Amino acid sequence: MGKTIAEKIFDSHQIDNPSEDIHVIRLDAVFCHEITTPIAINDLIGRGKDRVFDSSKIKAVIDHVTPAKDSKTAMQGKILRDWARRHDIRNFFDIGRNGVCHAIFPEKGFARPGYTIIMGDSHTCTYGAFGAFAAGVGTTALEVGILKGVCAFRYPKTIQIQITGRVPDGVFSKDIILSIIGRLGVNGATNKIIEFTGPVVEKMSMEARMTLCNMAIEAGATCGICYPDMTTVEYLWEFIKNEYTSQETALKAYEIYVSDPDAQYDDLIEHDVGNLSPQITFGYKPDHVRPVKDMEGVKIDQVYIGSCTNGRIEDLRVAAQVLKNNAVHESVRGIVSPATPTVYLRALEEGLIQIFMDAGFCVTNPTCGACLGMSNGVLAEGEVCASTTNRNFNGRMGKGGMVHLMSPATAAATAIAGHITNSKLFKG
Amino acid sequence: MKKFNGKVLFLDRSDINTDEIIPAKYLTEVSKKALKPYLLEDLNLEGFNPQIDTRCKSVIITRANFGCGSSREHAPWALEVNGFFLVIAQSFARIFRQNMFNCGMLAAELPDKTINYIFNTFSGKETFIETILEKKEFIIKADDLIEKVNFVLSDFDLSLLKSGGWVEYADSKY
Ligand code: SF4
Repeated sequence: MGKTIAEKIFDSHQIDNPSEDIHVIRLDAVFCHEITTPIAINDLIGRGKDRVFDSSKIKAVIDHVTPAKDSKTAMQGKILRDWARRHDIRNFFDIGRNGVCHAIFPEKGFARPGYTIIMGDSHTCTYGAFGAFAAGVGTTALEVGILKGVCAFRYPKTIQIQITGRVPDGVFSKDIILSIIGRLGVNGATNKIIEFTGPVVEKMSMEARMTLCNMAIEAGATCGICYPDMTTVEYLWEFIKNEYTSQETALKAYEIYVSDPDAQYDDLIEHDVGNLSPQITFGYKPDHVRPVKDMEGVKIDQVYIGSCTNGRIEDLRVAAQVLKNNAVHESVRGIVSPATPTVYLRALEEGLIQIFMDAGFCVTNPTCGACLGMSNGVLAEGEVCASTTNRNFNGRMGKGGMVHLMSPATAAATAIAGHITNSKLFKG
Repeated sequence: MKKFNGKVLFLDRSDINTDEIIPAKYLTEVSKKALKPYLLEDLNLEGFNPQIDTRCKSVIITRANFGCGSSREHAPWALEVNGFFLVIAQSFARIFRQNMFNCGMLAAELPDKTINYIFNTFSGKETFIETILEKKEFIIKADDLIEKVNFVLSDFDLSLLKSGGWVEYADSKY
């Protein structure tokens, strides 16, 4: 019987099987940030186990609140920083070089096809875009990952979603994943992996695939995953060129991480996006999704463009394209947060930052910032935010605030209009 | 090993997320103890008062998809430092469920029908649960009502409960 990509990765990494459905797998990478790791570090110290399994396989970043906003966040950064130094963790990204974890780690080539990756962060599923198995875990599982380089999971069941149709102009990866979450529900893929396949995914850039996989968790999935292909190889080439004689040989090596034609799936879904229009969330759950036009006219107070979902260069390009020669509506606060220093620099070089600032946007340093309501744009009670992030839970961006999730194009158009509206890129 | 007995707090809602169990603003804490006063502070449930309603309780019974949302383990910790070592639900979000066992705490799933029955029969009454791990059985008591309900628990999850969590288990084994 054939195997899915996730089954292949599991089988090649398994080291124990302590109960029938639990598989302990070897990890290729453990990623850390300053919100969930310090408490793990303190707990390990408390247990007399302040060790790391392999400092070269651990990558760490201070990204959620940076620069520190108060004594507590400063202490979180300090605990992570001291630990990284103590254990000689070379790939540690501190202020000036830091960016949103799920944007900066891929950018550095740390996510590869066939890899197993954990992190104490639910959007770790983003790295599935590279054909890796990557899952968010709790702090205890993270502790064990740091200590032993292993993690326990249930054997993966997979839902395959084949994305078909010609994507209409002005419709983006974010609209597609919102429509999928709306279709599956917040619990529709719990304990499962979503394999994103089909002609639409094959044509997507790595960035668009990351947006897609990033929100797999919003349907409850452990991981979203795409097959590695030439797009993956080209993205990674500068990091792997010493390992392979040519891009074709790299592709050949990676192609073992593609599901077999006779692999078994829990469900096979065809998702036709040929008639899809830009999507938006309306409630407090990410499956509260409807077309943007159904929310047309809803007033907003703030627009936030950034995060691990949509803070990459392609996202900024699209938003700038909409914003060019326009100004943010007088009743709106516009905030853009390039997800990494590299994104920021490229946005500068390409003149995008100029466009944002001309339009009246505040450009922040790379950070998670307002996405989780901790800094850089927290909402006041009763305020409404048009956001390119991934979570609209009650209170997510500030107590009593309402968050509507959307693509960067819609967010930019909404910033100009002062109310929710489709961008001019969408002709429907 | 922790004890999985005590008075029941009924939370009659599905999809209670980790932001509701412990709001994100407390993620800056670097010790578990500091979370104690904030358990369920932002729970969206009519008539619920976290300070009063959690008092003296140590078991939660709730509906589907408990613990969805962010993977923060602060959620089970906030339960742990308040003495809630057992949550019974129709279903759990994957990470939350794993976190519970990783901390040596019990997350038990019961079928739809059973959960409905428990809510219909016991909710509103002062209810007490006793867990017999060897038999994988809950004894639910209120007034003169007694009900026995079986639950499923894998050997691995049981050994996590017994060793007090995943760190100790993994460090001795791998
Ligand atoms: S950008 Fe938002 S969702 Fe992404 S890692 Fe940061 S806080 Fe989490």
